[in-house]
Amino acid sequence: MAEFKHKDIIALRDLTKEEMELLLSTAESMREINSRDIKKVPTLRGKTIINLFYEASTRTRTSFEIAGKRLSADTVNIAPSNSSATKGETLADTALNLLAMKPDIIVMRHAVSGSHYFLSAKMPGCSIINAGDGTHEHPSQGLLDMLTIKDRFGRLDGLKVAIVGDITHSRVARSDIQGLTKMGSSVYLAGPPTMMPPGAERLGNVTVCATMREAVQDADVVIMLRIQQERQGKTLMPNAREYSRYFGLNPLNLKLAKPDAMVMHPGPINRGVEMSSYVVDGSQSHILKQVENGVAVRMAMLYHVCGGELE
Amino acid sequence: MNLLIKGGRVIDPSQKMDDTLDVLVTDGLIKEIGKGLVAPDGVDTVDAAGKYVVPGLIDMHVHLRDPGLEYKEDIISGTRAAAAGGFTSVVCMPNTKPVIDNKTVASYIINKARNEGSANVFPVGSITYGLSGERMSEMGELKEAGCVAVSDDGKPVNNPELMRRALEYARGMGILVITHAEDLSLVGEGVMNEGFTSTEIGLKGIPRVAEDIATARDVMLAEYTRSPIHIAHVSTEGAVRLIREAKSRGVQVTCETAPHYFTLTDDAVRGYNTNAKMNPPLREAADVAAIKAGLKDGTIDAIATDHAPHHLDEKDVEFDVAMNGIIGLETSLPLSLKLVDEGVLTLNQLIEKMSCNPSKILGLQRGSLRTGSVADITVIDAAAQWTVDADKLASKSANSPFLGWKVAGAATCTVLAGRVVHKL
Repeated sequence: MAEFKHKDIIALRDLTKEEMELLLSTAESMREINSRDIKKVPTLRGKTIINLFYEASTRTRTSFEIAGKRLSADTVNIAPSNSSATKGETLADTALNLLAMKPDIIVMRHAVSGSHYFLSAKMPGCSIINAGDGTHEHPSQGLLDMLTIKDRFGRLDGLKVAIVGDITHSRVARSDIQGLTKMGSSVYLAGPPTMMPPGAERLGNVTVCATMREAVQDADVVIMLRIQQERQGKTLMPNAREYSRYFGLNPLNLKLAKPDAMVMHPGPINRGVEMSSYVVDGSQSHILKQVENGVAVRMAMLYHVCGGELE
Repeated sequence: MNLLIKGGRVIDPSQKMDDTLDVLVTDGLIKEIGKGLVAPDGVDTVDAAGKYVVPGLIDMHVHLRDPGLEYKEDIISGTRAAAAGGFTSVVCMPNTKPVIDNKTVASYIINKARNEGSANVFPVGSITYGLSGERMSEMGELKEAGCVAVSDDGKPVNNPELMRRALEYARGMGILVITHAEDLSLVGEGVMNEGFTSTEIGLKGIPRVAEDIATARDVMLAEYTRSPIHIAHVSTEGAVRLIREAKSRGVQVTCETAPHYFTLTDDAVRGYNTNAKMNPPLREAADVAAIKAGLKDGTIDAIATDHAPHHLDEKDVEFDVAMNGIIGLETSLPLSLKLVDEGVLTLNQLIEKMSCNPSKILGLQRGSLRTGSVADITVIDAAAQWTVDADKLASKSANSPFLGWKVAGAATCTVLAGRVVHKL
C-alpha cells in the first residue's frame, strides 16, 4: 500500500487515488475504536492539535476534536472572531505565535480560499489540515462522503453521483468532485446556472446537467448542498420557495434515481429547502452515517499527517 | 548637460528615423543627429554600438504613492525605478493621500520631482473630489497646476451622468479624461478573473463583462459628448473589440494595456500568488491573443505599466486580503521587447507605443529626438540578459509576478534632459 508522505492535507486535488485509498482504509480500521466501550487509543499521545476555526462550525470542529481525543492527542480550540482576519492580528502573526508553542497539527477553517497554503508556508514542521477554506475545498468532508458511499456499495468506481445546489460557492462539491472522479465515478452537477461555475465540466469526469432531473436520473448517489438564503438569496435565486420547487430533493424526484440510491448532505440542512424532511429522515438517507464516518476519517487524517505507526 | 551618443541604431518614429547615427546633446537639448559626429572638448561620449537609441520612454500610468503612502514608494524611489527601466517620463495617478484633487498637491509632486527626481513626473488630477465619485474636482485649476489628464484610476466613475458631465467639462478645459473602466456591481466580491482557474482553485471571479460593459459605456459617452477619452489598462478581448469598433467610427478614443496583460494569464494566480493579483485581473489565453492583436493593428495605442507598489505586509497575506497591483517600471522594457521577437510589433511600433503615442495622447512635448527638443533619451541593449531580483530593484516595493524571471533587454543608459540618470 502507498505511503502517505504529505505534511499537510489541504485539498483532495493534491492527493492521488492511492493516497486517498490509504486514508479511507485507515479510517475503516479506526472505526473499530469508535465502537469500543473505552474509545481511546494512545496513538497520538503527547501530540498537540490546535483547532483554529475562523468560521463558525459545530459539526466539523466537534468531529475533529473527538477524533484527536480518541487518539490521545491534546486538543486546543481557538475561535478568533471572524473579523480578526482583516482587522486584528494577521494570520501570519497568529501562525508565528502558535508555532512558538510547538503544536504538531493545526486544523484550520478559514473564509479565504487557499489560506492553508499560506499558513503551511509559515509553519514548517507543523502539519496543516484543512477543515474548510472559503469556496475551495473541504477534504475531510470529501473523504467522509467517499467512505459513506464505499460502505454502501463496497466500491467507489463506476457510480453515478449527482451533486445538486450552489456548486460555485461549495467547497464540499469541489472536494467531492476531486475525490470521486479520481476514484473512477462520474459526477453529474445540477443547479441554476447562477450557481454553476465556468468550466465545471473540466474538473474531472464531470457532466453539467441542464436540469436536476437529468442529474438525478439513475443516480447511485445524490448529494444535496446547503442553500443559504443570506448568501444565494441576494441575486442567485428568486427565493427559497422556487429553489425548492426546481432544485429540492423530495420523495417524488428521488424516484428518478436508482431504487437503492443513497442520499447525502454535508449539513446543516435547511429542511424543506434543498431537501424535504421525508427524504432527510427517509430510508435512503445516509446523513447521520456521514457524521459518524466523519470522526473515523478525521482520525485517519490526523494519524497520517503525524506519520505515526498503528499499535 | 552635454553628451555624444555614438554609433547606436537611432530609432525615432516621430521623424521616421531608423539608422546608425550619432546624437549630440548640448545644454540638455538635441543639438544634432548625424553620422561621424565628434564630441566637442570636455563632452562625454556614450558608446551605443549595437544598441538602440530611442526617445526617452514614457509610462503613462504609474502610482508613485507620494504624498502619503511613502512606505510603498515615493517620488525619489519611483523615478529611480523609472530611470532604471528606461523611462524618462512617468504619468502618476491621483490616488495619493491626500488625493491629487487640488493645485497644492499637484505642485508638490511636480516640484519634488524636479528637485529630487530622476525622471519627469506628470501628475494626473482626479475626476472627482477625493475620488469620491460624487462631485467634479477643479479641472481647470488642476490643468493650470500641471496635471496632464484627470482620472479616478483605481475605481470607475460609477454614475453615468457624472461621467458624462466630466467628459464635457474636461473637454472645455482642454484636459483628457482617463477612465478605469469597470462595473463594480459585476465585480462584486471577485478577486481574480472568472474562468476555469477560479472554478478550480475556488477564488471568487471577476467576469470579463465587468470591464466590457464599462468600456462600452464610456466609449458611448465619449461619442455622445464628442469628447476624447483614454481607456486605462485594457485587459479583455471584448474591450479591445469595442475600442476597435469605436475607433473605426471616428470616436476620439485611445487606450493602453500593460505588459502583464500580454505576458501572463490567470494561471499565474495558481498557488494563490498574491503578486499575480491586480485590477483588472489577469485574464485568459484568448484575451492575451486579443491584446496582442490590438497592439498589432493599432487599436491599442500605448503600453503603460500601471506600476502599483505595495508593501510586503500588504501582499504576504491571504489572497482575498491582499492589495491589488504589481510594480512594472523595471520589467516593462524586456517584457515589451518580446513582442518584437514574437513578430507582434516592429521595433518602431514598440517605440511608438512606449514613447511617441503617450506623449501625443497627453501633449507632453516629449517622445521625439527632433533637433531642438529636450534630450530625453533611452539607450537599449536588447540582448542584455538579466534576472529579475527583488533585492536589485530600485523601487521600494518588490510586488512582481516576474521575480526570478530570466529576461532579455535592458536600458543601459537613460538620459534626462542631457543628464545621465541611469547607466549600466
